[in-house]
Amino acid sequence: MKIHIKNGRLIDPSGGIDAQADLFIAAGRIAAVGAAPDGFAANRVIDATGRVVCPGLVDLAARLREPGFEYKATLESEMAAAAAGGVTSLACPPDTDPPLDEPGLVEMLKHRARHPGFAHVYPVGALTLGLAGERLTEMAELHEAGCIAFGQAHAPVVDTLVLMRAMQYAATFDFPVWLQAQDPFLGRDGVAHDGEVATRLGLPGIPVSAETIALSTLLQLARDTGVRIHITRISSAAALEMIVAARASGIAATCDISINHLHLSDADIGYFNPHARFAPPLRDRRDCDALRRGLAGGAINALCSDHAPVDDDAKQAPFGEAAPGASGLELLLPLTLKWAGEMKLPLGQALARITSDAARVLGLAAGTLAVGAVADVCIFDLRGSFRVTRESLRSQGKNTPFLGRELPGRVCCTLIEGHVAFENEVSEKTHARLRG
Amino acid sequence: MRNPQLNRNGGLQHLLTIDGLPPEILTAILDTAAPFTEVAEREVKKLPLLRGKSVFNLFFESSTRTRTTFEIAAKRLSADVINLNISTSSTSKGETLLDTVDNLSAMQADMFVVRHASSGAPFLIAQHLAAMGLEHIHVINAGDGRHAHPTQGLLDMYTIRHYKQSFANLVVAIVGDVLHSRVARSQIHALIALGVPEVRVIGPKTLIPTDVDKLGVRVFHDMRAGLRDVDVVMMLRLQNERMQGALLPSPQEFFKYYGLTADKLECARPDAIVMHPGPMNRGVEIDSAVADGPHAVILPQVTFGIAVRMAVMSMLAGG
Amino acid sequence: MLPDAERLCGALAESLRPGLPPDTALVGIHTGGVWVAERLHAALGLKTPLGRLDVSFYRDDFSRSGLHPQIKSSDIPFEVNDRPIIIVDDVLYTGRTIRAAMNEIFDYGRPARVDLAVLIDRGGRELPICPRWTAQALQVEPGRNLQLERGEAGILTLRLIDA
Repeated sequence: MKIHIKNGRLIDPSGGIDAQADLFIAAGRIAAVGAAPDGFAANRVIDATGRVVCPGLVDLAARLREPGFEYKATLESEMAAAAAGGVTSLACPPDTDPPLDEPGLVEMLKHRARHPGFAHVYPVGALTLGLAGERLTEMAELHEAGCIAFGQAHAPVVDTLVLMRAMQYAATFDFPVWLQAQDPFLGRDGVAHDGEVATRLGLPGIPVSAETIALSTLLQLARDTGVRIHITRISSAAALEMIVAARASGIAATCDISINHLHLSDADIGYFNPHARFAPPLRDRRDCDALRRGLAGGAINALCSDHAPVDDDAKQAPFGEAAPGASGLELLLPLTLKWAGEMKLPLGQALARITSDAARVLGLAAGTLAVGAVADVCIFDLRGSFRVTRESLRSQGKNTPFLGRELPGRVCCTLIEGHVAFENEVSEKTHARLRG
Repeated sequence: MRNPQLNRNGGLQHLLTIDGLPPEILTAILDTAAPFTEVAEREVKKLPLLRGKSVFNLFFESSTRTRTTFEIAAKRLSADVINLNISTSSTSKGETLLDTVDNLSAMQADMFVVRHASSGAPFLIAQHLAAMGLEHIHVINAGDGRHAHPTQGLLDMYTIRHYKQSFANLVVAIVGDVLHSRVARSQIHALIALGVPEVRVIGPKTLIPTDVDKLGVRVFHDMRAGLRDVDVVMMLRLQNERMQGALLPSPQEFFKYYGLTADKLECARPDAIVMHPGPMNRGVEIDSAVADGPHAVILPQVTFGIAVRMAVMSMLAGG
Repeated sequence: MLPDAERLCGALAESLRPGLPPDTALVGIHTGGVWVAERLHAALGLKTPLGRLDVSFYRDDFSRSGLHPQIKSSDIPFEVNDRPIIIVDDVLYTGRTIRAAMNEIFDYGRPARVDLAVLIDRGGRELPICPRWTAQALQVEPGRNLQLERGEAGILTLRLIDA
């Protein structure tokens, strides 16, 4: 299959490209950029006039809910959502049921996900058995089965000795650890940022110190053990400052934030909106502003969807009893574009955070349109906007605080390894009409 | 976002919290409550306003006392009252909160009086009723988590107005476990909305919520300083399970520093009134000499509470 | 030309006087009925204190129109049981207010008998209610309201307004 994507605005952050250029794909890889290779005869020509052609998105956190939570979502539904969102590579956290703590489970997941048109799935293995924070998993075996890093999802390792041993063991094989900074005691019963909003609504609070104290532990142990550490889903300005300071002192920590924390603050809880419940919680407006600037400047390495499809029953509960998290695969690109527009950032710089920079955190040669790279491509219409509705989401999880919002950036076409994994028919028709 | 408590005409559709209610509505409730106080003195203590209506007392957290006051109020308005004490164990068997609401709605309920351990539960119910097109069913919050207890807040305002006539020049202190208190939050919003120029909260730092000053109150940790020249002292109940542990060392130490005694009350104005939402822990947050003393208006609070709940119910049902 | 309300009050008092039991109680309905009842009470020199009713809580249109913003307290400062009672109102129209007043009185006890005295009977009854004493019958077209008002000097006058 040879594909010629013509007349598009090609943006490849990894190569610093933002120009009108054609893209040529053959045998699942990027064959050429600009001029066609000799003798290239396309089986299919995709007209990208007026559209942006960029690398397929790399999402550092998307829960597929398999195994164990098929009532929330299935691999099929979430892979369709990923393709519709332009996401071609994703890391999935280990908080499945059972958790991804033995090689068989990881192999099964990799096997199920190996399907044309499905995004590349990179499991994050459990750092401890059952995520219980007590015994180490067989990290080397898990790595052979396909795990690219080890983490705990939302489950903390309470015993700091176990945490240090786990980091030492991971460092032995140079496996990265991906951990969230959340003290298990401070804000133990908390459901919202400990501030004016939580006080007004009578919601038990989670103080910022719950994040900074745990972060301090993680950073110091990372320095002592030499493990490669990635801090997942930071939520506060204070945490960002600590990571920046740690880097200055020689700790090579990376970090990410979610699309929800990029756009929302605790004020968005409104009248107890359960869709605004997250772990870590939405912080206040100043924290949100600091994260937005941090991501723009690159102090925050990557932006992720933190995709967490939840069934309706689990969300239709009083705020504190509602399951945290939001569906996000299909909103990663639109919310990146919205942020870029509001911050007046060059498109290439914004897209880097969900392509090349995210791939660098993953340690993969993805998120690029360099010649020879796997042909994972996203084509989107910058001018098109859409309203987020339950019907518009392909994910089985209809839970998102952005329901009803009008967002920019419609994905028109997604290619995974040179296969067309998604085409937006509606947008194809309107596109034809606009041109015709 | 429209305040979910108000209908399209700005009238009261539900009573979920005092936060955000216009002062005119609060005053209208207090004005309407006044003629209801007299009904208790009649031979037949019943008015026909809610005749034929079904009021469901939905108590997901048991409270005989609060449930009884709502029951009396509804019965004095001639409503049929159905009491449901739904323990959390039965909801954990699979039926969700909204399943319960759907079932009772199908039994032609006209009003839900909701008590729930989770903040915001009555909002969820009100939003669900709106989504189901059941806007003729009204919801009254009878206490949700730490969030709100609006009828308690209103009866406290009625009591203050009864004894002090106006809110305009008062200094009011709320004392004790503000952190866990839905009563305190409703009192704070009501006092500020009705124009009380100085509202204080008094308690140890473990029992004062973060950023509470942003709600418009002054924070005191020294009780004597906080009671200086106060017109109204509103004591809060300290739950048993919080009397010793990580929040407080002992009820004895709490009483010594934050219990209301005649001695500490001398810091307040000579005509100060002392209130308590009940049930009282004598010797923990309040000394018997004060609870039974000339400043206490704790029993009138209970009487006014029924009239205020009658006023709220009849305003909702007639609106 | 509307009749003089003060003159009608005097006439009503005179028609009530013959054979009035000494323990009779007057109950005026807020607001105009209370003013008329005050005139009658003074003119007849009754010993039983005057009663006042606000029938808002007993109205049959509550579920349609809700509560009035300013409800007055009802005040029945005498023992109702076994006492003759005269309900006093300014203008009798549909009779619904009188029904509400009777219901309310019976919540205070079981009176010996209940009679009705009104200043004006404007017709248009919707209930089987007939006053025992009427100062004057007057035809008022539907859609207009006849209203008793009290001036600054305390003088009562009748006024016709659009409903």
